[in-house]
Amino acid sequence: MSVVTAEHGHDHHDDHAHGPEKGWLRWIVTTNHKDIGTLYLFFALAMFFVGGTMAMIIRAELFEPGMQFVDPKFFNSMTTMHALVMIFGAVMPAFVGLANWMVPMMIGAPDMALPRMNNMSFWLLVAGILLLASTLFMEGGAPAGGWTLYPPLVLQTGKALPFAIFSVHLLGISSILGAINIVATILNMRAPAMSLMKMPMFVWTWLITGFLLIAIMPVFAGAVTMLLTDKFFHTSFFDAAGGGDPVLYQHIFWFFGHPEVYVMILPTFGVASTIIPVFARKPLFGYSSMVYATAAIAFLAFVVWAHHMFTVGMPISGELYFMYATMLIAVPTGVKIFNWTATMWKGAMTFETPMLFSIAFVVLFTLGGFTGLMMSIAPADFQYHDTYFIVAHFHYTLVPASIFMLMGAGYYWLPKWTGHMYNEKVGQLHFWLSAISVNILFFPQHFLGLAGMPRRIPDYAIQFSDWNMISSIGGFIFGASQLLFLWVVIDTIKGGTGEKVTDEVWEDAHKHGLEWTLPSPVPYHTFSTPPTMIPSDHR
Amino acid sequence: MSTSNTTYYIPHRATWPVLATAGLLTTLVGFANYLNGSSIGSTLMIAGLAILVVMLAGWFTLQATESESGMYNHGVGVSYRMGMMWFIFSEIMFFAVFFGTLWYTRNLSVPWLGGEGAKLATKEILWPAFNAVWPTNGPANVGGHFEPMGAFGLPLLNTLLLLTSGVTCTWAHHGLIAKNRKQLIQGLIATVALGFAFVLCQAFEYHEAYTEMGLTLGSGIYGSTFFMLTGFHGFHVCVGAIILSVVLFRSAKGHFTPENHFAFEAAAWYWHFVDVVWLGLFIFVYLM
Ligand code: HEM
Ligand SMILES: [Cu+2]
Repeated sequence: MSVVTAEHGHDHHDDHAHGPEKGWLRWIVTTNHKDIGTLYLFFALAMFFVGGTMAMIIRAELFEPGMQFVDPKFFNSMTTMHALVMIFGAVMPAFVGLANWMVPMMIGAPDMALPRMNNMSFWLLVAGILLLASTLFMEGGAPAGGWTLYPPLVLQTGKALPFAIFSVHLLGISSILGAINIVATILNMRAPAMSLMKMPMFVWTWLITGFLLIAIMPVFAGAVTMLLTDKFFHTSFFDAAGGGDPVLYQHIFWFFGHPEVYVMILPTFGVASTIIPVFARKPLFGYSSMVYATAAIAFLAFVVWAHHMFTVGMPISGELYFMYATMLIAVPTGVKIFNWTATMWKGAMTFETPMLFSIAFVVLFTLGGFTGLMMSIAPADFQYHDTYFIVAHFHYTLVPASIFMLMGAGYYWLPKWTGHMYNEKVGQLHFWLSAISVNILFFPQHFLGLAGMPRRIPDYAIQFSDWNMISSIGGFIFGASQLLFLWVVIDTIKGGTGEKVTDEVWEDAHKHGLEWTLPSPVPYHTFSTPPTMIPSDHR
Repeated sequence: MSTSNTTYYIPHRATWPVLATAGLLTTLVGFANYLNGSSIGSTLMIAGLAILVVMLAGWFTLQATESESGMYNHGVGVSYRMGMMWFIFSEIMFFAVFFGTLWYTRNLSVPWLGGEGAKLATKEILWPAFNAVWPTNGPANVGGHFEPMGAFGLPLLNTLLLLTSGVTCTWAHHGLIAKNRKQLIQGLIATVALGFAFVLCQAFEYHEAYTEMGLTLGSGIYGSTFFMLTGFHGFHVCVGAIILSVVLFRSAKGHFTPENHFAFEAAAWYWHFVDVVWLGLFIFVYLM
């Protein structure tokens, strides 16, 4: 063990003392934020394809009415596992990976605040997902009651139940430790010149996301712990016979669940706020309002949870309160959309792949926000609830938003990470195929939902056939297009276009982020001494 | 910021975290198998716990050695303190779930089961004889007859024990600041002893509940909330007492200075947190 004293950047004189370990062991014992970020990102990408395969099974089964390929139980396992894998295995870890890679570089820190814990967060994630995946092969099948794990239905799960619950515990600990690390890094490790209100937006959104995670993951852990004791230790938390209430589970779950969706969207906002100014060649419009809007969204996230439960039989005062509170979220969200648009207004825009994904994000996320607003109207939600309309809603907020910005982030930072330029032609092809097919996939689901097609069913009435077939076709195109991204990632790592990238990669990017002042590819250790200057656009 | 003048210690080659993960995974796989009635379950669990014990000993020793050899500058100390504070915050949220559950059942779901508001017809048809007053084990009398736990026997004594231990812990801290090692060690011994006395009393309390009062984890919602809240709290007291024991052991070895004693502070914060949770329990579970 040695103390890092090297100057950052071009000076490599003591890299031999603590450069990367040799061989595969490097990836197991590493405490380096870049290594761990890479691990997170590759793991997330792998899970994206695992979860994607499950989605393909779902869409294949729904291609036509009637039962085609799988039995209903397995179908339900697929919807449940698809959601859990995508949320806990793909989207959340991908953003943690980005945070690991970028936050220390963006704030001028030598590494994460708690590097050993950082390593542990990653391996706990792997352990949690392993437990979850193992349930697929168990007697009675994987959990099939939906990712929300509502009792009493989920208590009918077979041997998989305790494994699924413990998987949630492990994933929860992993997220909490990861979030604590990110929060401590941001609060404690910034370069002297970087006050809070000069931090890049991505850092801000992660600070707030970290807070959300620390607050909500223990809540989910508590909820599933009660499921466990109800099933195995004779408690009556969610059993009316003993004085408990199954609806209580829903309240606890959504107290976790609603902020959880913001855990997936706030870093998305952060990436968009990072990319758009660079390609619009303007500073981010309304920086401080962006910060306050993010904080407001996070605050509201804790007080709107029962909009997921409008049909459960709450008192009317509850319905009204949760309806109005939910509508309020549209205000800070609107501020953000306005600011991104204003950033692009009269900008000298160019349309490289990261920017294309960002623009698509702004447009398509707005659509998801609007359907959210529709569903926030309690009496209207009696119609929408548990139909494909809500499936369309959250997929618009998650796929062309979170996933698109993750892809955008990949294209944006890959040259910095690898030192190679990605193939712009393939990138653009990937974008256009994704952007078009995602709408073929999810837009018809609005119609299906409004016409009354329930979610989480393997078969449906024939009047839903046409739109389902179209949706499935979109799904297959979307799924296949993502292989292009895999190709781009591998190709870029192996050398990409062969074009030598500069340190700032994108024109004038050094004005927008400290990471662009570092060499490409970034050395193993950066900012061992903090930078004295911060980028000019971070007023 | 803290990184400006001195170098921030970045460890390399971390082996304990992977072992921690392996230990947790083994324990939980064992526990799940045990719950499913599989015979390897308990063996796996014990193996997992053994790994965890080794890991904790190793990791703590490593941290203590590094700390004592002066590898942690001010910035590292701040990071550790922040880490601990946010960790305690997550624990508060964990307990909040069970307090919230208690609140919800007492104020909402049990009255609803008793026919409050729009629920009258349901009650009259399904369980007309149900008397919805706390403590209850529900319309089906789940778990059979039980006596609720009173506040003024062992629980009151336990409150006094924990409050006193909070004082002795602070007294030990004053000793540490004043470079009075004897006071530090005596204070810690008293704190740890009071902690274990608390756990002992709680064991008596549970024993009485199970053998004489008919009160078990299966006694409907009252038994569920009672044992879940006090049980998780008791578990945290044990953990806190073990951490304090480690701190005591280190103090006896001459570790810690008035400037550099993160482990002590973390243990003390944790202890006060456990203390405050108990006050909540005493009020909301026992008194009200
Ligand atoms: C303007 C902001 C938003 C509003 C007003 C809103 C409103 C709602 C409402 C009322 C529901 C419940 C629908 C029902 O079950 O009947 C819902 C469901 C959902 N929303 Fe949103 N939403 C918003 C933004 C988001 C964002 C940003 C995300 C994720 C990134 C998201 C993800 C979800 C998910 C995953 C569900 C479904 C959960 C489930 O039942 O499985 N929403 N939303
Ligand atoms: Cu919500």
